[in-house]
Amino acid sequence: MCLAVPAKVTEINGFLAKVEIYGNTREVGIRLVPDVQVGDWVLIHAGFALEKIDEERARETLKILEEMAELVEREEAGA
Amino acid sequence: MSEFMANINERFRDPSLAKQLLERIKRAVQTLQRPINLMEVCGTHTVSISRNGIRQILPEGLKLLSGPGCPVCVTAQRDIDIIIEVVNNEQVILTTYGDMMKVPGTVANLQEAKALGRAVQVVYSPLDALKVATENPDKLVIFYSVGFETTAPMAAATLELAAAQGVRNFKIYSVHKLVPPALEGLLSADEVKIDGFILPGHVSTVVGGEAYRPVPEKYGVPAVIAGFEPLDILLGIERLVTQLVEGRATVENAYSRAGNWEGNQVAKQVLAEFFQPVDAEWRGIGVIPGSGLELADAYAAFNARNTEAIAEAEQRLVGLKSEIKGCRCGDVLKGVILPYECPLFGKACTPSRAIGPCMVSSEGSCAAYYKYERHRQLV
Ligand code: SF4
Repeated sequence: MCLAVPAKVTEINGFLAKVEIYGNTREVGIRLVPDVQVGDWVLIHAGFALEKIDEERARETLKILEEMAELVEREEAGA
Repeated sequence: MSEFMANINERFRDPSLAKQLLERIKRAVQTLQRPINLMEVCGTHTVSISRNGIRQILPEGLKLLSGPGCPVCVTAQRDIDIIIEVVNNEQVILTTYGDMMKVPGTVANLQEAKALGRAVQVVYSPLDALKVATENPDKLVIFYSVGFETTAPMAAATLELAAAQGVRNFKIYSVHKLVPPALEGLLSADEVKIDGFILPGHVSTVVGGEAYRPVPEKYGVPAVIAGFEPLDILLGIERLVTQLVEGRATVENAYSRAGNWEGNQVAKQVLAEFFQPVDAEWRGIGVIPGSGLELADAYAAFNARNTEAIAEAEQRLVGLKSEIKGCRCGDVLKGVILPYECPLFGKACTPSRAIGPCMVSSEGSCAAYYKYERHRQLV
């Protein structure tokens, strides 16, 4: 029940927004993320947007993962 | 549109990165030279770990325990029995999430009650429950509101709408539970050794990392917020074992794309306005102080517990001992046993003929192990 799925905001009407989830359009409440804008990516749970997904931080995490992987590889090559 | 974001979940499934992360985990466990128990608190984590076979690829000595993170499973048996009883009242339409339908009551479940013609409606969102209320003004529409901090703000926001619209036949029966107090409950009960917590990503989106500060500060146990894709989970584990190697215990966030230290301030405000913390009973664990949410006094008119219908249902249950005999779901939720250690697992108890709630909920540990791991574990 704590799963939230990523969706893209395509339209905002007051407290409601249209979002696209895996190709389907849905209407969700945006009471909990009032500063959301068209084009933002959000997590949807039980009919509401729960939080925005931060693209920059997602990229940062992946970069850290890649750096960790390189480190392991280099150590293995050196070992 | 950003192609990167359109595939955001897939990006965190890269097998080659997973392999290297696993290598780092292995090295850390080797350095530690002792058995390590990590607990994944969240039922959605349990499902993802089971589905992706993560338990099986972890190095020997590193065990993942499944925790109390299935909201439907931790609900006290009495609350389940009351809600199944109340649908016998013809005035009532009961609305709830699909996960509740097959949860066994002491005598029946909601699905059976519905088959007998009782008014039970599955909703995807509390907003749908409110809609049922506005469409049926002469009925008492009870929303059985279950879930952790991820789900409770949706109930609060719906309540706000109901209050603004003056929908008087809409009532909430709250069995909402809070995750951080439950972790303290587990740690102070001290029944299993837990070396670190994989914290629930979406609960943490709401409460923020700061909510877990007592875990490292009072109990010396590291805790890492993790997302739900394989790389997210492995990164969470890697951060935890690294803390153990370095002899540190802090709250770390390995899911920074969807949450920060403070959490979602608006969600927290809405929650605080409409709900208040109360002591709550957890299956198998008992009463944990301040671990539940009840409607705030100012909104008592929306509290289903204040209705005649619920009072009568309670009356009719007097004398019934609410319990599911033989089910060890409570021990599963504490991490004391793994699901396949329950004698009924896969024999008397299967998803199609479930004895306890841990086998029916989509995030119940028994259900996840049965679906994805029974062949791996039982051979
Ligand atoms: S296998 Fe069934 S009976 Fe055993 S603990 Fe799980 S839900 Fe309960």
